[in-house]
Amino acid sequence: MSTEVLMPALSPTMTEGKLAKWLKKVGDSVKSGDVLAEIETDKATMEVEAVDEGELLKILVPEGTDNVAVNAPIAVLGTRGESVAASPAPKGEAKAEPKAAPEPKAAPKSGSKPAPAPSADKDWGPTSEITVREALRDAMAAEMRRDGDVFLMGEEVAQYQGAYKISQGLLDEFGEKRVIDTPITEHGFTGMAVGAAMSGLKPIVEFMTFNFAMQAIDQIINSAAKTLYMSGGQMGCPIVFRGPNGAAARVAAQHSQCYASWYAHCPGLKVVAPYSAADAKGLLRAAIRDPNPVIFLENEILYGHKFEVPTDDDFILPIGQAKIERAGEDVTIIAFSLMVDVALKAAELLDQQGISAEVINLRTIRPLDIETIVASVKKTSRVVSVEEGWPFAGIGAEIAMQITEHAFDWLDAPPTRVSGLDVPMPYAANLEKLALPQPNWVVDAVKKLF
Amino acid sequence: MAARQARSTTSAKANPVARMRPGKSAPAIDRDELLAAYSKMLLIRRFEEKAGQLYGMGLVGGFCHLYIGQEAVVTGMQLALEPGDQVITSYRDHGHMIACDMDPKGVMAELTGRSGGYSHGKGGSMHMFSKEKGFYGGHGIVGAQVSLGTGLAFANHYRGNDRVCLTYFGEGASSQGQVFESFNLAALMKLPVIFIIENNRYGMGTNIERASASHDLSQNGAPWHIPGMQVDGMDVLAVKQAGEQAVAHCRAGKGPFLLEMKTYRYRGHSMSDPAKYRTREEVQKMRTEHDCIDLARKELEALGMTEEALKRIDDDIKKRIQDAADFAQASPEPDEAELWTDILVEA
Repeated sequence: MSTEVLMPALSPTMTEGKLAKWLKKVGDSVKSGDVLAEIETDKATMEVEAVDEGELLKILVPEGTDNVAVNAPIAVLGTRGESVAASPAPKGEAKAEPKAAPEPKAAPKSGSKPAPAPSADKDWGPTSEITVREALRDAMAAEMRRDGDVFLMGEEVAQYQGAYKISQGLLDEFGEKRVIDTPITEHGFTGMAVGAAMSGLKPIVEFMTFNFAMQAIDQIINSAAKTLYMSGGQMGCPIVFRGPNGAAARVAAQHSQCYASWYAHCPGLKVVAPYSAADAKGLLRAAIRDPNPVIFLENEILYGHKFEVPTDDDFILPIGQAKIERAGEDVTIIAFSLMVDVALKAAELLDQQGISAEVINLRTIRPLDIETIVASVKKTSRVVSVEEGWPFAGIGAEIAMQITEHAFDWLDAPPTRVSGLDVPMPYAANLEKLALPQPNWVVDAVKKLF
Repeated sequence: MAARQARSTTSAKANPVARMRPGKSAPAIDRDELLAAYSKMLLIRRFEEKAGQLYGMGLVGGFCHLYIGQEAVVTGMQLALEPGDQVITSYRDHGHMIACDMDPKGVMAELTGRSGGYSHGKGGSMHMFSKEKGFYGGHGIVGAQVSLGTGLAFANHYRGNDRVCLTYFGEGASSQGQVFESFNLAALMKLPVIFIIENNRYGMGTNIERASASHDLSQNGAPWHIPGMQVDGMDVLAVKQAGEQAVAHCRAGKGPFLLEMKTYRYRGHSMSDPAKYRTREEVQKMRTEHDCIDLARKELEALGMTEEALKRIDDDIKKRIQDAADFAQASPEPDEAELWTDILVEA
């Protein structure tokens, strides 16, 4: 039986090439792997190797021919003595044209849907006052007691009790098997944790700060976030990456950066940013139980702040639901993490000036609770977002766009944002203060909307 | 049965700390085992030839990195494994999947981007997985799988089982920072991971001498006291013998092991590789003098296998591969709804 040798595509973009030279002639016997011919494309000269065995019965395209289309028959291989006429007629273009990506017909099945129960509104009963630091520790301890597959790893999390003392006491309770000090090798230990998660364990990776996670961001995005999709749903990655994010105080440019918009950009990740101790405890428990990779952005300045937290052992909050921290009528202020504090202070100042502000604590950046935002904007018709990060392509930009898409007709003024200045963080105390959003910035932004 | 010499090779430079030598007593050749290895290597080669052919027809898209020439490495290592052990590698991964007994139909259909592929057409050549067969990918970023494989070994250690993880990477990846980070972590925690450097001499178009100041890669783990061994990666039984030694070391809880497989890829780095960094004579010499399949075939003939019996095997494999190619073209493209699935696990 004879077979046609087709002009091969040698790159994803090649459509035609020059048949530069035949290295076998009619009558030659050909083994799999033999070089039959040389082809020139716009990029390079390459060799065409035989796949099948046989005798070269006929050359259909002489050497020196330009613009030979990919998949055009260039020769016929067969067994000795076989008639060339018996070869099948040349086929037309067999190349499968890639289809254009279809328009999404409906809302994405995943990625923007808030998690189901537990409800954010549930009354959890009695509370006690604890710090954000204690809340985070309690959340990890509770989940580690509940599930033997949960473990904590990171720099100084065990014997040192945490660089910011978040893991205080965990080594004593859970031992060195489950509370693991790592060397200072973010790239390597993050990849190791992601690998462990792919096998079904549930690691909590503490970054001493998220600034250092940039060394590991390839593993977070390319391995943790994308593998479920690339594996057709076979291989998930139940993992939490947590640590302080954003500016602390006087630590300058390399240690003062908000990563909310970096991670929120990526499908396959959830991004959580708690403000209060209750947020921290309830959301970290939810993050640890979540079967997906969760980026959990804490704030160093908030670690020592105290808040009322439900004492119920089962207390947990849903990922994907924002919280109205303060109800108001005239303007909606949307913030997350430490900027909720700035927004609440601004709301106080505005109240003194007769403007009633509603403050939304996002709690989760991705999936964004656009329903709560839109409901509030429909009530107030004015909106200001507040974030510590840079303005360009920031969370404020996304919020403004989504409001424009979902609630444009309810707006009485353009959506506005307050953000950190578009500069690397300076060290000097006065300059640093000038670079970060202050309550009066928010007040000024609100007043421009009236 | 015939006696054989110990086949793993070691380099001349001694490192008293970490160098391992292959066992002195050479095992007898088990004909059935060699036959199984021969069949597996041939299956991989025919699969790859067909994949290259389908690529040439425009039926396989994107990047396609063929494993032709290196078949003895995965085949030999797989002979040293037990069910429940894990395998992870880079993007030159088709051979590893077939070695893990994944179905050539599902692998080929993934190459053509069809719903019958292992990732339903959403991963492609570089991104396929089968938890069932212990194959954890198929990873497209050079070196990333080394940390991930260390993590799979960490999970074995955490669970207290005696499973081992084979973590493959090329000599090109061997200079990556996270590879050395992984060596340190694995040695520090005594993780059951076998680091396998498939040294095919060319990282894309850059030969190893131009890319690494370390010229005995088996000793790259020496600072962390990771025992290392150079192996003739064109000899499937030498690979198996070295693999058994490494596996025994890991199962005994002694921590990681490093194997440098001296091997060679006959094809380009990917399909669009003009291969101007080496001569045709060099490739031809490897093919004619050191081919792993030819070597196994000659040994089988010496053990009394008839040409007809070998021909039957060849024909069976050709048919299996043709079936895979037919399946890969007949399988429908993924449903458009697949675009939005598997982004997140629904909680």
